[in-house]
Amino acid sequence: MESFLLILLIFMIVGSIIAIETKNLLSSVISCGVVGFSVSIAFLMLGAPDIAITQVVVEILILVVLIRATITIDNTSIEEHWDTFAVVSSLIFFGLFLVFAFLAVKDLPPFGEPSMRVSQQYLETALQKTGAANVVTSIILDFRGYDTLGEATVLFTSIVGAFVILRRRGRKQRSAADTEKVGILTEEEIKEEYEEFRE
Amino acid sequence: MILYFLTLVLFVMGVYCLIAKKNIVKKIIGLVIIDYAINLFIILIGYRRDGVAPILFKDMPMEEFARHSVDPLPQALVLTSIVIGLGVLALQVAICLRLYEKYKTFNMSEINRLKG
Repeated sequence: MESFLLILLIFMIVGSIIAIETKNLLSSVISCGVVGFSVSIAFLMLGAPDIAITQVVVEILILVVLIRATITIDNTSIEEHWDTFAVVSSLIFFGLFLVFAFLAVKDLPPFGEPSMRVSQQYLETALQKTGAANVVTSIILDFRGYDTLGEATVLFTSIVGAFVILRRRGRKQRSAADTEKVGILTEEEIKEEYEEFRE
Repeated sequence: MILYFLTLVLFVMGVYCLIAKKNIVKKIIGLVIIDYAINLFIILIGYRRDGVAPILFKDMPMEEFARHSVDPLPQALVLTSIVIGLGVLALQVAICLRLYEKYKTFNMSEINRLKG
């Protein structure tokens, strides 16, 4: 079990190295997909089938969105300019972060023995309190419902932002639109709108 | 413990991609990799050895289930985080496409030079 996860994690790291270092954008995106699907398999091994399913669906959507971003350019291969400052500074960060991470990981609960102070309560009482057989669902929708409300807000905001950014054209005269266009349109305006619609 | 450490290596890969690469799509891929690494890390912390998924079946005694199930709380939080990651990615790609429409390039340093 642990050795399988180890192999999977090394596979993910190799995939991410390929995704970062390859010169072709399309193959970079597909290597990113390799990492995502391995994450999904790891979730399945770790006793989280709900998340594995969600990860597969989201991964496919991520691939579609990223390929949409790369397919707009004619030549997907890129030429790299070596930026010494960025590489050196990030390597220094790399080293420092990993040293501190090694120190911090020692103090975490060891793998396979989580400290379940809150979750034990959820596991014991979820069925009586919420009537849901799936404890994860009962936490999302009942015990921590406000968290999910916040999630929905963030999701809505980001999607609205994406739509606003991708919209083809904005309003032309905002002041006029604010003051005059309250009620009925004149005939000319209707004609204009129709023309715009046909375009 | 080595699993935690390898997950953090994956995280650092993403940060390296975010800092050192010039191409905007590469930067977005770095952010996606950071997303995966953190989600996996949180799920790894909640794993119990030989644990079952936190879903009750019909003929399963309650006490045994509570003793053997993996931690359901990180799973709930990660489920939220994955979906938010998708929304944020859509916003990033929208901004990236707009930049390409305006400047005809994905190269960050070139966009910097063209400014103003």
